[in-house]
Amino acid sequence: MRQTEGTAGARILAFGGYQPARVVTNDELATMVETNDEWIRSRVGIASRRIAGPDETVADMAVNAGGKALAASGLSPEDIDLVIVATCTPEVQIPNTAATVARRLGINAPGAYDMNAACAGFCYALANASDAVRTGTARNVLVIGAEKLSQWIDWTDRSTCIIFADGAGAVVVSPVTDPDEAGIGPVVWGSAGDMADKIYIPDRNGFIIQEGQAVFRWATTALHPVAKKACEQAGVDPTELAAFVPHQANLRIVEAIARKIGAPQALVADDIVTAGNTSSASIPLALARMLERGEIPSGAPVLVLGFGAGICYAGQVIKVP
Amino acid sequence: MAMSDQEIQTGLAEIIDEVAGVPADQVTPEKTFVDDLDIDSLSMVEIAVAAQDKFGVEIPDDQLKDLKTVQDVIDYVRRTSASA
Repeated sequence: MRQTEGTAGARILAFGGYQPARVVTNDELATMVETNDEWIRSRVGIASRRIAGPDETVADMAVNAGGKALAASGLSPEDIDLVIVATCTPEVQIPNTAATVARRLGINAPGAYDMNAACAGFCYALANASDAVRTGTARNVLVIGAEKLSQWIDWTDRSTCIIFADGAGAVVVSPVTDPDEAGIGPVVWGSAGDMADKIYIPDRNGFIIQEGQAVFRWATTALHPVAKKACEQAGVDPTELAAFVPHQANLRIVEAIARKIGAPQALVADDIVTAGNTSSASIPLALARMLERGEIPSGAPVLVLGFGAGICYAGQVIKVP
Repeated sequence: MAMSDQEIQTGLAEIIDEVAGVPADQVTPEKTFVDDLDIDSLSMVEIAVAAQDKFGVEIPDDQLKDLKTVQDVIDYVRRTSASA
């Protein structure tokens, strides 16, 4: 049977990020549950987070971030032929978010699907996008991580309501003709289904329940080998990394992994301080903001690493646009 | 080979310095982690993980919560490594 013709590789053309307008400070949370600013900052590293308005949907946020990435890429909506929305908090199960987002962005009849790898979602979706471009099943892919975790939070549970937040981040992935210009390294991914009960929502009316200490132990022991392997597979030594942008789960986890990967030059993303934990949105959102501030030079290698419920994890080295 | 209490204490002090920035000379047997050394539960997990690498002794979360003082950890490591 005939097969599609592949390309030499894929790269990220542009990033886009979106945060809801409403800022929720630690002091505000302290009026709702027994907690305080110092405790939250020291345990999870968050000073404030953004929470979507009651009528603001995951699709709304995805359209915002996706639209920005598309505009920054210089491509037109008609150039996009695949839209992937990584989310674990879609408004509804049917229809999916991706097709609606594509229509609202004026993208005509692309392949469109949602995918759930929770906080690892962006890295999984990026790998899917890169592979689709490389194998020639898609030309240009819009990848969006978007979450409205606030609607899956028990706002009387002080162990979770201080952590999770809302937002979206997006990238446009396009082909390259010269393999040296490829900007998305091989993904290293996996899962640990035996730990499914460490982060979960018990039923469709339930809220996120997390066993923080167990997750912390797992994240600080299991992930740095994944990070190192992703570097090795991309042929990039950790000392060459310009930045390390892991999922913004908890600043203590971020810093613990960063210490273990041997990348002293790398700028370590700390977007969680003002964004909270936005699951699949956290990596592209953090990178969009770091690039906006000019913190990472164009073409520099950056390690991204997603991990979360499932447990699912994935990491790869990318070159930023 | 069995480790002496002093060896365990020295190794533990190195870990605590690295994880929590507490100077090694403050890590003495009678000190409590939470009240004396200002070490929280997440740092305790990091210390347990590092202790596993250093001493080859696993300290699970359900055991960790009972280790209140430096001496408690020294005893646990000595006991567990002896029976391993």
